[in-house]
Amino acid sequence: MELVFLTFILVLSIFLGFELISKVPATLHTPLMSGANAISGITLAGAFLSAGMQNSEYATWLGTAAVAFATINVVGGYLVTDRMLAMFKSRKGGAK
Amino acid sequence: MENINLNLIANLSYIVAAALFIFGLKMLGSPATARKGNMLSSIGMLIAVVAGLTAEGIVDFKYIAAGMIIGTIIGAAAARMIAMTSMPEMVALFNGSGGIASLLVGWGTLYAPAGEVVSTFTAVTIILAILIGGMTFTGSMIAYGKLSETIGSGAVVFSGQRIFNSLLLIALIGSGVMLSMDPTPDSVWFWAVLGLSLLLGIMAVIPIGGADMPVVISLLNSYSGIAACAAGFAINNNILIVAGSLVGASGIILTNIMCKAMNRSLANVLFSGFGTVKQGKAIEGEVKPISVEDAYYILEAANNVCFVPGYGMAVAQAQHVVKELGEILEKNGAEVSYAIHPVAGRMPGHMNVLLAEADVPYEQLVEMDEINPRIENVDVAIVIGANDVVNPSARNDEDSPIYGMPIINVDQAQTVFVLKRSMASGFSGVDNPLFFGENTRMLFGDAKESISGVVSEFGK
Repeated sequence: MELVFLTFILVLSIFLGFELISKVPATLHTPLMSGANAISGITLAGAFLSAGMQNSEYATWLGTAAVAFATINVVGGYLVTDRMLAMFKSRKGGAK
Repeated sequence: MENINLNLIANLSYIVAAALFIFGLKMLGSPATARKGNMLSSIGMLIAVVAGLTAEGIVDFKYIAAGMIIGTIIGAAAARMIAMTSMPEMVALFNGSGGIASLLVGWGTLYAPAGEVVSTFTAVTIILAILIGGMTFTGSMIAYGKLSETIGSGAVVFSGQRIFNSLLLIALIGSGVMLSMDPTPDSVWFWAVLGLSLLLGIMAVIPIGGADMPVVISLLNSYSGIAACAAGFAINNNILIVAGSLVGASGIILTNIMCKAMNRSLANVLFSGFGTVKQGKAIEGEVKPISVEDAYYILEAANNVCFVPGYGMAVAQAQHVVKELGEILEKNGAEVSYAIHPVAGRMPGHMNVLLAEADVPYEQLVEMDEINPRIENVDVAIVIGANDVVNPSARNDEDSPIYGMPIINVDQAQTVFVLKRSMASGFSGVDNPLFFGENTRMLFGDAKESISGVVSEFGK
């Protein structure tokens, strides 16, 4: 049942992703990509388990490395996207 | 009891986080709301991370804290220091770190708590996380190397490549099946899966040339989402599945847009080096160079000017001086626009970001389909470091390798200036009849210097 439930979530999310992204104008493709990229750093929430469960020494080290890499992805991704978006200005002046 | 409550709260928080991701992505659809959207999405991430920390079974936080501190320092420093022209490389690197994180989560999950056995289903998802995460990692590293030109950016093709890759894939599937039957981290099949996945990422990206990078970056972006999704299945975590599949879907959409913009199928981009194919018709005609001074006289009289930037503008860092010239022309009474081809540059929307950096208002950035119907009204089209995306062979030479690719029809403008270092052909190695056109004038030299020259002529 668990599997069916998870697959259900998967399929709906994919449709939602298609719907959301197909409306984004070309101007914003780079920020969209780096913003989406930052979201893929969500692996972080999973990495905590390996890093903090003390199952075995190896798992802890692997988890810690995963936490570090995923954090780079999340922090770097959001900051760089914000930096880019801050530059998109309208003729009316001022950053939105 | 307490644990159940905590678990419930964590899952409810994940729902909130997912909603924020969705709203965030939706708001990224318009320049006016995009920044707020990104902010919302990051708040969603914060909520998901805090909820993740409360997960049952986490007893030791010091390694988590260490990992997060290291990651934050590196990520923040990279995001602050990177130049806008190097954005494609940066995205490739961040992609790669997301990929390897998923790989490591999968790997760590193989170490089951004492007395428990990893089920076959979990084992399959772990293998997928390792496979896709590993491919994303090495693929992104190669893409980084090509984009930053630390390795050659051309396509690497050798005879027997497809056979080799097919064998690689078969070996990978075989090792995966063996590992799923006995999922332990000490298994020799585990190392086989790990090594082959990393190799597959390298093999998948080396045959793709520099000009096709927008497709590769989009695709790797998609993979990093799918890897997170697989890791989510492995550890039974909803938010990883939702967020991962959102990213996976968005990457695939972008990949598709890029492929359409080049009139090529994804398979064609992935499996065949570009430019190694047949050559189109030989071009006859004369190249007509123009001096900076003459360019000034023509621009001075123009009422409608359209800039068409390409990767060359990024290389020459010419975006600021381009914007300066644009402003001068506007003051001079001309209508100024910037026409951007979907695959101009090395990643989707690359040119838009550079022009935004130079403070060009986004209303002036027009897409290909918008400019083409009125290109005949353009007095001067200024092509800066673009080549294939303005090559008329794509429209009228059936023998040309890029035939059928939609282009910006600058050859139909009244006058075309092409800024170019020399007469070398573009990334695809295809000759460009535009350079020999009746109404084309070549302004040879560094794009930045040429435009600065014109700007100073206006100042005289």
